[in-house]
Amino acid sequence: MVSFILILFTSIFFVGLVIRTKSMMSGRKGPGILQPMKDIIRLWKKGAVYSHTTSIIFQIAPSIYIASILMAILMIPHGNLPGIISFNGDFVMFAYVLALGKFLMIISALDTGSSFEGMGASREALFSMLVEPAFFIIMGSFALFTGHTSFYEIFNALNYGPYITYLLGLLATFVLVFIAMIENSRMPIDDPKTHLELTMIHEVMILDNSGFDLGLILFGTNLKFAMYGALITNFFIGAIPLHISIPMFFGIQFCFAVVVGLIESFMARFRMSHNPQFIFILTSVSLLIFFGVLLVLGKFI
Amino acid sequence: MMIKTLLEIVQLMALVLVVLTPFLRLRWLGFTAIFTITAQVVICSVLAFHVFSNGLFEHTYTGTFTTGPIAIRIDYLSAWFILVISFTFLTGAWYGIQYLKKYQGEATLMKIHAAAYIIVYTSLIDICVVQNSIVFLVVWEIMALGSFMLVIFEHYKRETIKAGINFLIQSHVAIVFLTMAFLWVKVKTGSYDFAVITEYTTVYPIFGTGIFLVFFVGFGIKAGFVPFHTWLPVAHPAAPAHISGIMSGVIIKIGIYGILRMLTLVEANFTFLGYFMLFISILTGLYGVMLAIVQHNLKRLLAYHSIENIGIIGIGIGLGCLGIGTTQPWMIVTGFGGALLHTLNHSLFKSLLFFSAGTVYQITHTMNIEALGGLIKKMPRTAILFLTGAVAICGLPPFNGFVSEFMIFTGLYKGLLSNQFGSTIILLFSILALVLIGGLAMICFTKAFGIVFLGTGRSDLPVETNPEKPLHVWPLYAIGFMMLLIGIFPFLFSPYLEKTIGLFRFNTPINAADILAPGMDFLTIIGLYSAILVAMGAILYIVRNSIGSRRNSPDCTWGCGYVGTSTKLQYSASSFVRTYRKLFEAILMIHKKKTMAFGLYPKTIEQTTHAYDKIEYVVIDKPIKMFRGFLNRFVFLQNGNVQYYVLYGFIFISIAILLPLLINRILHVLQILKNI
Repeated sequence: MVSFILILFTSIFFVGLVIRTKSMMSGRKGPGILQPMKDIIRLWKKGAVYSHTTSIIFQIAPSIYIASILMAILMIPHGNLPGIISFNGDFVMFAYVLALGKFLMIISALDTGSSFEGMGASREALFSMLVEPAFFIIMGSFALFTGHTSFYEIFNALNYGPYITYLLGLLATFVLVFIAMIENSRMPIDDPKTHLELTMIHEVMILDNSGFDLGLILFGTNLKFAMYGALITNFFIGAIPLHISIPMFFGIQFCFAVVVGLIESFMARFRMSHNPQFIFILTSVSLLIFFGVLLVLGKFI
Repeated sequence: MMIKTLLEIVQLMALVLVVLTPFLRLRWLGFTAIFTITAQVVICSVLAFHVFSNGLFEHTYTGTFTTGPIAIRIDYLSAWFILVISFTFLTGAWYGIQYLKKYQGEATLMKIHAAAYIIVYTSLIDICVVQNSIVFLVVWEIMALGSFMLVIFEHYKRETIKAGINFLIQSHVAIVFLTMAFLWVKVKTGSYDFAVITEYTTVYPIFGTGIFLVFFVGFGIKAGFVPFHTWLPVAHPAAPAHISGIMSGVIIKIGIYGILRMLTLVEANFTFLGYFMLFISILTGLYGVMLAIVQHNLKRLLAYHSIENIGIIGIGIGLGCLGIGTTQPWMIVTGFGGALLHTLNHSLFKSLLFFSAGTVYQITHTMNIEALGGLIKKMPRTAILFLTGAVAICGLPPFNGFVSEFMIFTGLYKGLLSNQFGSTIILLFSILALVLIGGLAMICFTKAFGIVFLGTGRSDLPVETNPEKPLHVWPLYAIGFMMLLIGIFPFLFSPYLEKTIGLFRFNTPINAADILAPGMDFLTIIGLYSAILVAMGAILYIVRNSIGSRRNSPDCTWGCGYVGTSTKLQYSASSFVRTYRKLFEAILMIHKKKTMAFGLYPKTIEQTTHAYDKIEYVVIDKPIKMFRGFLNRFVFLQNGNVQYYVLYGFIFISIAILLPLLINRILHVLQILKNI
């Protein structure tokens, strides 16, 4: 329950922080950190335009997308407090629930019959497929390391472990930051602010969404960022009492947002054909974590 | 006794129908066939549920001199498969009777088809219950021939007959391997009963492994494990839609039944078998889905997905074997449980997908994905049903595919925690493979659904009016309902699953049921959470509709300011998978033809891509080509001169007569030499 509220709260200002960092890095003052949320609320009040080509799929997809993200957030624990949903293997369901949302967003992009959106859908499908192994291997490594198979138990056991866990946590953080960047279609993979549709992934998928639906989708990005931030936080807060862990939570989320802003400011977007190679790096790093765990546990023959 | 009578009634019904078929008029034929199959299904279900509640049924017929006593055993495994087969055959028959209305002119074809349908169903049931090698092989052969007849329904098409013969040959290669394995046991033990397999292999576990491998090749060809899969993507598109659904749903599953049956019987090095199964299955799953993505024939795409799903089932089986080998009960439960459940699940969603693809075919007369589009407006029910199947086959909640994949995932993660380096590594790769399969399946089905049903039509197709009659659609709804039921209330099925898993050997002193009961709890949990997910989506949608849709206005799709309508502006299936194709070019085998534009007034340019199966090329085409080349050297023998043929005959007869004499002589000489 704690983590759910914290994540919802963080999602309000997370993207604002990213934008603020980017503006400051480029020497501007930038909008207030609540501006993205204000935009979303404005969108929620607006009417929408629907293409003649679209069908029911286009209408239901954003709702299910948000539902899937909210469902995934329900599973994330906070320190030694389990998430609202917690059971053995919950991280598998976490990934699959998110995939359901993605599935619907992809077909809703195809529903518009536009070649731009088809292109975005194609890339989204491929990149999200490539990124999934990294997440599963990381969770596998930590499951192996701690001997448990649920988010809550893994994180709980992790923080009582030896100091080496923090090193593994750091590596995992690296991977998770980039998974978050890919899932939210941010800089090294995708540039949401580009002026050319041909070079976008996620933004081009939602060209035809407007009004309430667009608001939902943008809010989804905020939620996803905060969700991955919470996941990263869990690598570092253990059984600390709430009055310390909550400030720590916000501290780490703040750092995460600033890092995202910095990456976006100082990295150029990769060529589209080089993206798969970059994503494979993540899988390799997570394999490295896995072998690291094997080494630490002395399971190597 | 009741079960025995019921079983005999089922056989008798099939026999009576087959005999009656030629004398029936077409109108009555459909009615009678549907009635027979429904009655048979009801009886078989009663039989299966009776076994589930009362335990193993056993009966031995006296048999003949050749067969020896014929043992009939119906245990939980048989009952599980009988239920899976029966449901798909029932929906298939009800769907098929509508599908075949187009072919009313061809009475003979219809009669043969109806008879073959009943024969195949009956023989599949028999395969599940018979435990005598010779009778098993006979029934298996009947099933193979029957399904051949079903596949070549449209025999006047060249493609169909070619596919049918390919299927026939490969089925018989499977039978050769099965015969070899059964003979091995028979020669060593002198009995045809399946029970002796256990006795024999307990004494020689090393032979147990060998026997299992021979059986695996035989059953694996039927199931479609890579590299024995090549018949599958050819046969499925050739058959009528309801037959494709049945073939993919249950006929290939009989191979899985065979493998599971042998695993309950043989005593072997299970750790090795586990590694072996996992390796083959990872290969099968990944290869199947990788090729599925680049297919442009909807039914062929679905056929390759069957191979992928066989891979997932195989990963479950491999996990279970590894569990037996390393004595980890939890892995046995989730492995075999996941495999069994996925067998059921795949039979449901794959038949649903094939049936809805069949409806698309009936209306548009094409299966080429690139030519279709925007069908959701013309046939909304079929579209939603196809979407249901697509979501389920990707293993996404809230449908049934997720439950079984989740079960296998749990087992794999638990297995990771074990202490052996080797098993940790292979299980890690299994996890990787399963994740990739899921992701690739998502690409494939977003493509299939998105291109076929969404957007606008890509070519001018004849579209018939009022395509979705209630009679046509209800079997599909029934399947969809079952899928949701398994997805949200999986615990309804867990008692049956528990009993079936209990058949596999737990080499632990602990009672199987003790591990099983708490193990099944997670099924209830994920069902509940899937339901919550659905509820949340529904609530959000309602909220959206009540808040958002006040000032909505329709317009056309945004196209950089271009407002005309052109269907050619859409993304096509090939362009959707282009990035993927480029990435995996090394594994795929794609023939590409391209004409370039040149000159001031270039002519129409075109580009065609055609995906071929690399493994088929290496395993089937190349050896056949080489063999043919070898045989061509002897072509001079067949020169058309009668005189030569008379000479060959003479040579043959002389050899036949002289050879024994000659051998006698040689033996005689050897004897003399020895005496010296």
